[in-house]
Amino acid sequence: MIASSTSMVAFPLLSMLIIVPAIGALAVLVVTRRRPEYSKLIALLSSIATGAMSIWALRNFDQHDAGFQFVSQHPWIESWGISWHLGLDGISLFLVVLTGLLFPLAIVGIDPHNDDPGRDKPYFAWMLLLEAGVMGSFLSLDLFLFFVFFEIVLVPMYFLIGGWGYEGREYAATKFFLYTMAGSAFMLVSILATVFIARDNGIGHVTFDLVALAEHGSFAASTGRWLFFGFAIAFAVKVPIFPLHTWLPDAHTQAPTAGSVVLAGVMLKLGTYGFLRFGLYLFPEAARWSRSLWLTLAVIGILYGAIAATMQKDLKRLVAYSSVAHLGFIVLGTFAFTSQAITGSVMQMVNHGVSTGALFLMVGMIYERRHTRQISELRGLQAVAPVFAGFFTVIMLSSIGVPGLNGFVGEYLVLIGSFLTARWWVVIAATGVILAALYLLWAYQRVFHGEPDEENSTFAELRVKEALVLLPFIAAIVFTGVYPKPVLERIEPSVDALIEHVSERTGYVEPQPAHIVVDHAHGEEG
Amino acid sequence: MIAQQLFSGPSVDWWALAPYLIVVGGALKLMVIGSLTSRWPKGLTAWVTVVIATVAAAAVVLNWRSIGTDGTSSLVNGALAHDRLAAFLHLAILVTTALVALLSDGVLRGTENDGPEIYTLLLAAAAGAMVMVAANELIVMFLGLETLSLAFYVLAASDRRRAESQESGLKYFLLGGLASAFFLYGIALLYGATRTTTLTTMIDRLRTVVTVERNDALLLAGLALLLIGFAFKVAAVPFHVWAPDVYQGAPTNVTAFMASVGKIAAFGAMLRVLVVALPFYRDDWRPVVWVLAVLSLVVGSGLAVVQTNVKRMLAYSSVSHAGFMLIGVEAAGHTAGEVFPTAGMRAVVMYLAVYAVLVVGSFAVVTIAGGAGSDINEFDGLGSRRPILAVGLTVVVLAQAGVPLTSGFVAKWGVIQAAVDEGSYWLAVLAMLAAVIGAFVYLRIMVSVWLRTPTAEVERESVPMLTGLVIGLAAAATIAVGVYPSLLLNLVDALPLTHR
Repeated sequence: MIASSTSMVAFPLLSMLIIVPAIGALAVLVVTRRRPEYSKLIALLSSIATGAMSIWALRNFDQHDAGFQFVSQHPWIESWGISWHLGLDGISLFLVVLTGLLFPLAIVGIDPHNDDPGRDKPYFAWMLLLEAGVMGSFLSLDLFLFFVFFEIVLVPMYFLIGGWGYEGREYAATKFFLYTMAGSAFMLVSILATVFIARDNGIGHVTFDLVALAEHGSFAASTGRWLFFGFAIAFAVKVPIFPLHTWLPDAHTQAPTAGSVVLAGVMLKLGTYGFLRFGLYLFPEAARWSRSLWLTLAVIGILYGAIAATMQKDLKRLVAYSSVAHLGFIVLGTFAFTSQAITGSVMQMVNHGVSTGALFLMVGMIYERRHTRQISELRGLQAVAPVFAGFFTVIMLSSIGVPGLNGFVGEYLVLIGSFLTARWWVVIAATGVILAALYLLWAYQRVFHGEPDEENSTFAELRVKEALVLLPFIAAIVFTGVYPKPVLERIEPSVDALIEHVSERTGYVEPQPAHIVVDHAHGEEG
Repeated sequence: MIAQQLFSGPSVDWWALAPYLIVVGGALKLMVIGSLTSRWPKGLTAWVTVVIATVAAAAVVLNWRSIGTDGTSSLVNGALAHDRLAAFLHLAILVTTALVALLSDGVLRGTENDGPEIYTLLLAAAAGAMVMVAANELIVMFLGLETLSLAFYVLAASDRRRAESQESGLKYFLLGGLASAFFLYGIALLYGATRTTTLTTMIDRLRTVVTVERNDALLLAGLALLLIGFAFKVAAVPFHVWAPDVYQGAPTNVTAFMASVGKIAAFGAMLRVLVVALPFYRDDWRPVVWVLAVLSLVVGSGLAVVQTNVKRMLAYSSVSHAGFMLIGVEAAGHTAGEVFPTAGMRAVVMYLAVYAVLVVGSFAVVTIAGGAGSDINEFDGLGSRRPILAVGLTVVVLAQAGVPLTSGFVAKWGVIQAAVDEGSYWLAVLAMLAAVIGAFVYLRIMVSVWLRTPTAEVERESVPMLTGLVIGLAAAATIAVGVYPSLLLNLVDALPLTHR
């Protein structure tokens, strides 16, 4: 994070991660009306190409380098000091890979919910545009560029929810758009203020470059706090942090399955990622200063999300509220300011994307078969579709955080890493782990156990195609659960650099004994 | 001084005046020839108008390099400023006029209102607007304003057989006349205070006069009256009440013209009077502009939400856009007259150019899809009936909402940047929140177009080719400027920030 390193890659890898899906979206649009089946093919190919490039980035990622890799920088709007500046580090790496892999699976995994195949074309175009926007948000190292991508993702998501969602889609789509845009309004002003205040304090010229601003800009404590809060509101809406979460259950429930997968899988991470990349990095003092607030809201989110999830009658809404709880853990870890906790948070971002993405896919499959998401109308599915139930069980257990699966590693790291710096918050948050087991297992019981009634007795078993889509999720869940080292060791250097940056700026000393515990934890799992 | 020059007459740089002469001459020729000859082939009048506007624009472009960047040169003995601010706004006016001429053909062709009159009036209004944004002399500015306004009054009432159009014209005439009276009285008081109506002389007088000797009360009263006149023309709250009715009643192509060229002219003149002539009073007019901006933002976007008529929605949203531009004026007010002022003025100018294209594109779609009443329900299911048209509408509407990668975002960014640079954080936050409320309005249009199905069987709209062309051009420009803002920024950055 401190020194930007340029790796010797002539191929503009990161730019292509954004451009390929964007071009794919245009290509989908020019497909003729007579051959609608091509649109899915093009969408699939360009998302697979993007996914392959993200894997390639993962392979070539230098795990000992904490700085930004594959950096690409070109002037864009020169008179405003704005450049096309992209970079990848340990914090964004797995989010980019997750995005690259989740999109093809979401595109191939489940067809849009509508009766008119002619309307598939814009659906795939919007999906690809969304992928470009999400990729751009994770890769941007320029505040303007980040804002552009952060905002642009609203448009495809709005149309995906509005065009292919369920009954209450108009309301949900509009609410989603306006909530997020209202949050961004504060961020926009904050970005500009940051740039101009930094110009007058240490930089000397107008630049929107994140690294330049973070390393050379200096802000008076109170100024930094105001600026930080401008960013934080935007991110808090996106995460969402209690009490700004009310758009989420609506948006998730009404979105088409692929939309929910992407929304939960990667879009919510824009908020938590934003906190790390822009909040803590640009305004370490303000982030430290306000940590009790965020820790408290995170813990409230964990408990509230879990309790609300328990009460839901709609399976999709239940998963949506479980996201509120899971994201609470990520925020908790972020503001604990220990290497372990933040590494756990980043890990948990990926885990949540995998497990909740898969859960939404399976809920979508249930809806396709039964045309209902009401828990009360589903019963005894395990008897008629044992394989389906088996897949669901693994994914659910990962979401609960059972040891041996990926969810455990992230949650455990967050809790243990936060214990030294945020003890009492952790004590309360830990009960959220139990509540997660409560609401998910109870839902599982109601849906899968018992004797299937007449309507549920014809529930179709998992098809081969569906199994193939879910297998990568299962593989990721089991692999990172059993052997998290390759993931953690790529995340850690960048997180350590971030903590070091915070320490330099604020004089904060990270409590050390935690490291002994992390080795212990690795020993147990590995 | 006047007596000395009575006999010699001012020297006239005809070449620099060419853009004005082409537009005025073209308008006169179009009217005379059009009324003397038999009916012209379909569409020819519109194309002739486009050619006149294009040639005039070409003259502006050819003049561009020869204009000094210090902003001191003027034409006709100081009556008209000859600077890049004027030239840029001339370009914006002429391009918009050409677009509206094409759009008007789409609306008028085949109706009994078709004929050279409308196009003549469009050109006349354009000439008035051009004079207004370049006037270095308050009397000349008033002449420009009146030329513009009179053309607007007639244009608003030009759909003679529709009562709403007549009502719109009459309303605009009565209220506009009142505003002109305020404006004129303001000029008189300013003249009383400074003994000149020439803006550049005015600032010289104000500079040399010792503060205590300034006739402040007179000047401030004149300034206040002028501000009322401007606020009326830009439809800033609380002087906006005419806008929704007039916008709704006027033929849609005329509405597009009033919303675009009308705003450019009024803001251009406002910048000139406030920033060029009265920077010494910036601490007096800036708070007024601040209040106008805040009220326009809040009331404009707030009232847009409750409308069900698309033209009224766009009218209120144009009030809110005026609020955004006023933010830029307010930002310019912080450093008006200084050697290194900040970018407020550039931001306003850019916003004007961007908004003009957006609003013409938006209203162009309304001419096709709005049906008789322009009710929001008329747009239901447009996306499935006319997908390409709906995409064009989507682009310009999302741009008005300020979505990134569109020109509207760049424009908003520009004014907010200027405001933040001056430390007006709360104004900036308020503006962005107003933009969110405004976005709700635009999303309602989107919901209607893409997500709703019409309740009754609706005939597929026919798209006149020229209207389609206008929408296509507007959408293309919106995306181009949004993706690569330097296209416009380089032009705007060439504008001098100071004029003395």
